[in-house]
Amino acid sequence: MTDAAAASRPPFDRAALYRWLFLLFVAGFVAAPLIATLLGGFKSLGDLRTNPFGMPREWEWSNYADILLSKRYWRMLWNSFVISSLTTIITLIVAAMAAFVFAHLRFFGSRMLLNYFTMGLLFPAATAILPLFIKVRDLGLLDTYFGVVLPQVAFALAMSILLFRRFFRDLPHELLEAALVDGCSYPRFFRFVTLPLSTPILATVGTITFVHSWNSYLLPLVMLNSDAMYPWPLGIMVYQGEFTADWHLILAFITLTILPTFLLFVLAQKHIVAGLTVGAVKG
Amino acid sequence: MSTTALGRAATSGKLTAVVLFLPPALVLFTLFVILPVGEAAWYSGFNWNGFGRPTNWIGFTNYDYVFEARAFGLALRNNVLIIVISLGIQLPLALTLAILLAEKFRGAVALRMLFFLPYVLAEVATGLIFSFVYDGDYGLLAGVWRFFGAEPPHLLASTQTSMLAILIVVVWKYFGFHMMLFIAALQGQDQHLVEAARIDGASRWQVLRHITIPLLYPTIRLSVFFAVVGSLQLFDLVMPLTRGGPADSSQTMVSFLYSHGVTRMRIGYGSAIGVILFVICVTFAVTYKRWFMRDD
Repeated sequence: MTDAAAASRPPFDRAALYRWLFLLFVAGFVAAPLIATLLGGFKSLGDLRTNPFGMPREWEWSNYADILLSKRYWRMLWNSFVISSLTTIITLIVAAMAAFVFAHLRFFGSRMLLNYFTMGLLFPAATAILPLFIKVRDLGLLDTYFGVVLPQVAFALAMSILLFRRFFRDLPHELLEAALVDGCSYPRFFRFVTLPLSTPILATVGTITFVHSWNSYLLPLVMLNSDAMYPWPLGIMVYQGEFTADWHLILAFITLTILPTFLLFVLAQKHIVAGLTVGAVKG
Repeated sequence: MSTTALGRAATSGKLTAVVLFLPPALVLFTLFVILPVGEAAWYSGFNWNGFGRPTNWIGFTNYDYVFEARAFGLALRNNVLIIVISLGIQLPLALTLAILLAEKFRGAVALRMLFFLPYVLAEVATGLIFSFVYDGDYGLLAGVWRFFGAEPPHLLASTQTSMLAILIVVVWKYFGFHMMLFIAALQGQDQHLVEAARIDGASRWQVLRHITIPLLYPTIRLSVFFAVVGSLQLFDLVMPLTRGGPADSSQTMVSFLYSHGVTRMRIGYGSAIGVILFVICVTFAVTYKRWFMRDD
């Protein structure tokens, strides 16, 4: 009887057990800080001190409610939204136009110009942050959205142009030839044929640019100096500076500021993963 | 001949396209990327606080100051440490997880997403979350220590442990990105080779060792490239955790540039740091691409 039961049971798979233990361990390592942050926002300070891991003893909804009702939270998110949207739109337009030229037109120096843009991939914005500050100041753009947006666009161009160019070149050549024979000009072809066919690459480049801009810290930190203009990564640091030891409030604030990123990620995970990894690889 | 060519170019709008489409990108890129790098080299020769025009030319003195600064040595050491941890711990971890999660089973996709999530979160938010985790009074780590009846450590407040604390966060935040690179590559691999080898009697481990991983070499080289470039740029994560302290013990190149150049408005000195960082980045990118990524 026991022998028969043991024989019919699938053999105990030790490797599978170890695999699951390992995966669960890593999952715990990743998830624990996030879950503790979310729950911590519902606790009182005393509760947080004696019980950092468990469920809140009393659910303090007011921690979250006060932030959601405050003007600063929405102002920060609005600033971030404006900066990221402007950066994304301008990058898409400017990079797609330049990439179209590099993909379809040969002229004296075109290869050299493309290499010129590729240089932008070699170093981060931080290397030239001080001259960039002087430049933005001299242009009168300090403490304006465009003081952050224009440098962000400029540093996004190299990668974006390369991604667009590769995609444009892979579009069927017959399209362009037929259009030219029919008397369609290059600019019209770009507007009415290339762009409508390019939704996937527009989505990819748009995602990369938006996420980078939404999360960016150094450029706004140097270019903006009034609280009213701060995007959320700066605003959250100011908040933390004001409430240094009130961890329950800071945790609620962190949770609410990463909420938009989290929702976007859950809704558009395929696009985001593809954009951030495949985009990086092909760049 | 040339006039007809020109005429044809005009009717097809070739000229218009070049003249209309290229300048916006060219102007923005030149103004905000290329010129500032050149200006950094120029400013680095001056003792200048940013007001008026730079007049006080001091040659290479700023570079001498940078190389003599204790914080610079620490920043350089820390950047190397980040690279070592990225290659020694993060990369093997990402590779192992990718091999486990590239297979189809219940929960694999959910785990992939969970592991990728930290990469999408902003560095600043991540830094703040971990400054809570490490907090000696309220943090998770303190909770664990207290559970065992020990006095909680203040990791971020000690010159001995501040960098260790940051390295853990670096792994937490970035391994998922590298894992996704590997998963994408694994899913693009031709399964026939693996099947053929299995039929010929190769064990799972032999297949992994002699087929799967060698096929991943181009991706591994790419992953190493991203790890090094990412390390050289690391800044946002350091600010909420330690601001480079205590006593510069967790400074990175960029946080050193920020705290010693930008906040003190020492344009010349900060520019010199920027130029050094620029030279390191460009030298690495060019040699790495030439030596390791020629055929990719």
